[in-house]
Amino acid sequence: MKKKRLCLVLAMLMLVSMLAACGGGETATGDTPAAEEGKVINIYVWNQEFQEKFNDCYPGVTGTSSDLSVTNLEDGTEVHWIINPNQDGVYQDKLDEALGKQSSAPADEKIDMFLVEADYALKYVDPDVGVAMPISQLGITEADIANQYDYTLEAVTGADGEIRALSYQATPGMLVYRRSIAKAVLGTDEPDAVAEAVADWDAFYETAEKVKAAGYVMYSSTADTYRVYSNNTSAPWVDGTAVVVDQNMMNWVARSKEDTDNGINNNVGGQWTDEWNKDMGPDSRVFCFFLPAWGLSTCIQPNVKDTAAAQDWAVCAAPQAFYWGGTWLVAAAGTDNPEHVKDIMLKMTADTDVLRTLAQEYGEMSNDQPLMDELAQSPEFGIDLLAGQNYLGVLSEGAANISLANVSPYDQGCVEEFQNAFGDYFREATTGVTFEKAKANFETAILERYPELTEVRWPE
Amino acid sequence: MQERKIRGISYTKWGYLFILPFFLTYFIFSAIPLIDTVRYSFFEYYRSGLKEIGPNFVGLKNYISLLSTDLPKYAWNTFIMWILGFVPQIVIALLLASWFTNARIRIRLKQFFKVVIYLPNLIMASAFAMLFFSLFSNSGPVNSILMNLGIVAEPIRFMESTLGARSLVALMNFLMWFGNTTIMLMAAIMGINPAIFEAAELDGCSHRQTFFKITLPQIKPLLTYTLITSLIGGLQMFDVPQILTNAQGSPDRTTMTLIMFLNNHLKSKNYGMAGALSVYLFVISAVLCFFVYKLNMGDDSRERKAAEKRAKKLAKKGGQG
Repeated sequence: MKKKRLCLVLAMLMLVSMLAACGGGETATGDTPAAEEGKVINIYVWNQEFQEKFNDCYPGVTGTSSDLSVTNLEDGTEVHWIINPNQDGVYQDKLDEALGKQSSAPADEKIDMFLVEADYALKYVDPDVGVAMPISQLGITEADIANQYDYTLEAVTGADGEIRALSYQATPGMLVYRRSIAKAVLGTDEPDAVAEAVADWDAFYETAEKVKAAGYVMYSSTADTYRVYSNNTSAPWVDGTAVVVDQNMMNWVARSKEDTDNGINNNVGGQWTDEWNKDMGPDSRVFCFFLPAWGLSTCIQPNVKDTAAAQDWAVCAAPQAFYWGGTWLVAAAGTDNPEHVKDIMLKMTADTDVLRTLAQEYGEMSNDQPLMDELAQSPEFGIDLLAGQNYLGVLSEGAANISLANVSPYDQGCVEEFQNAFGDYFREATTGVTFEKAKANFETAILERYPELTEVRWPE
Repeated sequence: MQERKIRGISYTKWGYLFILPFFLTYFIFSAIPLIDTVRYSFFEYYRSGLKEIGPNFVGLKNYISLLSTDLPKYAWNTFIMWILGFVPQIVIALLLASWFTNARIRIRLKQFFKVVIYLPNLIMASAFAMLFFSLFSNSGPVNSILMNLGIVAEPIRFMESTLGARSLVALMNFLMWFGNTTIMLMAAIMGINPAIFEAAELDGCSHRQTFFKITLPQIKPLLTYTLITSLIGGLQMFDVPQILTNAQGSPDRTTMTLIMFLNNHLKSKNYGMAGALSVYLFVISAVLCFFVYKLNMGDDSRERKAAEKRAKKLAKKGGQG
């Protein structure tokens, strides 16, 4: 990694010097923002994912500090990364606190940009709250972002019709499975054949029985199937001041309980845990995971790197369409570096070269529809993890159909508390929590987390 | 004339000046927030997303709605986890302290052991909890050792059963605090006049008798102190269960302590509710302390009264005789 970065830096230096030699007096190119901007760009993030991609792909990067907390740009500006974990709302707490002090903070301490996730993007793009700058105010036009998937723009359009965030990725989900287990159970690891074996939920569970009979486990955690159900609900989580539990969520509860009791899943407590990671590892007997494109590089890759399972994966369509996550870049209102922020947002989310690199190097499904369509057809495109399979074909249809209409600002809380409360119920044998008890626990937890909510309505 | 001059020199005002910094900082950093906490407990005051709601005066509404929540359950959780840790802690500490101070059994490397048993207290509670979290996780080292030894076939899901999770919290609290208690009790025991032990030995007291009839009554004030500080510490139990259960108090909120509950309200920026809960906590700890204090000191005064009575009786008898 270090070597690669050094190469990049050297190449960039060479380019810059060449440009300088050729261009003569032309030093202020379009990339170099106006001089009166602040010298520090503060970016709030919840992990190193975007930071890594930025350091590798953003054209102006000249190097980083040894602890990676600062990235240096060629015009002398420093990018400061402020990282707080997402779990339990810590990231939002810290961000809210800093945004509250935005107007009184000295220029170099102001937040210039922050990242948001689908689960709480709405909270920040709300025009009444006024913490996010409309991209039109930055000078980004519709033509600049014409190639982006529509849903990534609709999801962050405020009530006043202004777009306040841009994403570099599209996050339709897919079924990521182990080729070796597919061969052992189904006799083939061809994506088309496996797709047929999991074409809908009935087929999925038929296959699951076969997988179980062969001594394997169909999937890891009940949290894995959660998004497939929660994306297919009929209404948002919250209506007025009432939490409305959708029938589809209760279907997830019923199915998950059955699966846990029957050993269809591996009874792993949740995602992002040690056990979940081990289930992706080379010694695991777990057949499949429900992941979007970013899951390939973020979740599976680190667990199988340099092992026998490093190329043991393939993807096909999931039994039901779903999406998971998505990261948006938001320009903070009150930033003292609007030109830099504009440039970062445009380069990282709308520059075809950068997006192509993201797709090829990171397995990202980039937010550029024509580019993705082109790559989906390209026989050369494919990643090692999937033994060369071109997964974009599986995803491109899903990306066109994503709708975030049923997202609410309360989603992160509802997702976490719902899974926690019913997780106890799935493990009733050890926890002793009954269905009714789990319902009561969810009510307690969600009303505690959001004081403004007053009741929980369950489906009949 | 001379008298008046002497009276004129007073150092009192200097004394006040010297203690002024403490009272100033106390007033600014403790008293004002304290009063604010109580004040906000009568208000509806929280944040919804990035919007602030309140403060609106609601009287006792926060107090009443808290009573309808699981507050007693969390108090019970806290108590159970505290007592599960405290009982072994005080027993082991007493045992170790009397061994270490016993002149007859010469324990070698005494200083070394004193350091070792104190060590867990030096680790940050959160780091300790994190360590236990990975040690006892379903795929952690404890389970793999048990499975490799053939003791269990399936991993034990420690943190998913009420008993398991509570025991782990209690175990950690015990490990962290028994060393500290041992050293305090040793100091107390060494403070007892050796002449008493010698006299007891001459009178033919057994070890057991010495311990129960001399050591224990003599260190009673310090035992009371330990009990009270541990009780208050127990009421404030937070970091260990918070980290061990990922702030969930799982399973089934049976490891949710009072302070974790308070933290939940603070996390949702519900200052009114958190204030009310803090006032409840204050009342609970005040009552508990008063009760424990009375219990121990009351014994003393009763004994003293009984002794006085006996003395009077004797005196009377003496008078009669």
